[in-house]
Amino acid sequence: MTVGFGSEAAKAAPIVAQVVAARRGARLRFRLIFAAVWVALVLVLGLGMWLASGAELDFVLVSGPVIVLQGAGITILVSALSIVFATLLAVLGALGRLSANPIANAAASFYVSLFRGTPLLLQIYFIYFGLPQVGIVLPAIPAGVTALSLNYGAYMTEIFRAGIQAVPRGQREAAEALGIPERLVMRRIVLPQAVRIVVPAIGNDFIAMLKDSSLVSIITVHETLFMAQRIGRSAFEPLAALIIAGAVYWTLTIIFSFFQERLERRLARGDR
Amino acid sequence: MTDSPLPDLGTRPAPSGSGYGDALPAHLGDVMVKLEGIEKYFSDNHVLRGVNLEVRQREAVMLIGRSGSGKTTLLRCINFLEEPTVGWVEVDGLRLQADPLQARSRQHQEQIRQMRLRAGMLFQDFNLFPHMSVLANCIEAPTRVRGIARDEAVSTAEGFLDKVGLLEKRDEYPARLSGGQKQRVAIARALCMEPKVLLFDEPTSALDPELIGEVLRVMEDLAHEGTTMIVVTHELHFAREAADRVVFMEDGVVIEEGPPEQMLDEPREEGTKRFLRRFLTP
Repeated sequence: MTVGFGSEAAKAAPIVAQVVAARRGARLRFRLIFAAVWVALVLVLGLGMWLASGAELDFVLVSGPVIVLQGAGITILVSALSIVFATLLAVLGALGRLSANPIANAAASFYVSLFRGTPLLLQIYFIYFGLPQVGIVLPAIPAGVTALSLNYGAYMTEIFRAGIQAVPRGQREAAEALGIPERLVMRRIVLPQAVRIVVPAIGNDFIAMLKDSSLVSIITVHETLFMAQRIGRSAFEPLAALIIAGAVYWTLTIIFSFFQERLERRLARGDR
Repeated sequence: MTDSPLPDLGTRPAPSGSGYGDALPAHLGDVMVKLEGIEKYFSDNHVLRGVNLEVRQREAVMLIGRSGSGKTTLLRCINFLEEPTVGWVEVDGLRLQADPLQARSRQHQEQIRQMRLRAGMLFQDFNLFPHMSVLANCIEAPTRVRGIARDEAVSTAEGFLDKVGLLEKRDEYPARLSGGQKQRVAIARALCMEPKVLLFDEPTSALDPELIGEVLRVMEDLAHEGTTMIVVTHELHFAREAADRVVFMEDGVVIEEGPPEQMLDEPREEGTKRFLRRFLTP
């Protein structure tokens, strides 16, 4: 019996090695082809667009970097500020939505309803062009950040509410059983875990925000789309300018998706 | 048992006698936990029907009974994770009357918190804080609730982690621990608050069989060192080894109580016999 089993195992060993090697080869091949197709598509798209636009190389080399550097800088600044304020609003909103206090709860649900129920574009117009009529004048960037923060804060309120509710009840009970007062239970035990739960969703919203921030170009914030339109118009190269702007947004999205994935993996490490 | 200060609500009477008869074992101290006339409704569901229970200092009491008999609810009533519908709870001289109508009042909440500082609790699923290291789990409440200096809290925590055999895991996160290790950390975390009584809610029910022993050993050591503890458990062998008294519950009342040998080998009540028969024959 034992001898027979041993010889079977001896026969199996080289087959196992071959299977492992074949699987590794297939995986490598898949990745190579995958990358090659990506590179090819990017090149075809880029070259095709450039040729189709008939843009002068001068324009791309001189005006391109202006759009990229100045525009992308403001895009990142506006988006980053807005996501921070939106997150703070969302935490407050979520605590309100979960509050036993009817005033806090009503105020929070009113806020969410109002800012989800009206278009972001309208909110931007309202803050920049509407409010000055009643004496509230905000410069372009603060106005844009305010609108984006309020709008995204409303959506993210619901995300945070779900995140807080997704923290197991036992966590709260264990903290309370240790005599930790209610406020501290929320701040030290529940919220940190809720944040870990909602990080993927916040990351998604940040990436959406990068692109929605282009809406504030209409109130003269010098971000990517605004720069592209202005430079493209004055150089009579609107198509090439828009292509460059599109490439900026796309690249930013890819970069932040990469960081988001890494962050998620890091946060998942401490998971139960 | 003392008389309930409440009118009889038509429930079955608890059996007379403290479980020890007249001869209280010498190592037991004064009354540490006293439950009087505990009733608990979950909406219409009458889960506890007038429970009286006294636990003395250094006593280890094991609550046994079928699932649904109310033993876990009773345990959770002691630190008001469930507010009893009526009744009195007393732990280490702090007496608190159940008052579900005032459950949210600030004063009542503060009294409940004081009660919880006296009673450490262990859960079936451990409930370690997953975003904190083992050490941080242990010093969170001592530093933030008791106001103990960090250095002191750390050395206390290290002492208790050593006691449960997990000092070398102090910087690990709970996700990296086995179930048995998690429960032992949870025990150390509870001990760090220096409670007067430990409440165990089926502490080994969520564990793989091979991990149960390490947790029971820690609990047995605690019992033999004179820790006052109330344990809801299905581990009858453990009850025999570590209990001073076994309490059998059925349908929300205490049916019978007594020393483990008497309760497990020669129960008097029909309900206890039925439970043990079903439990001991596989």
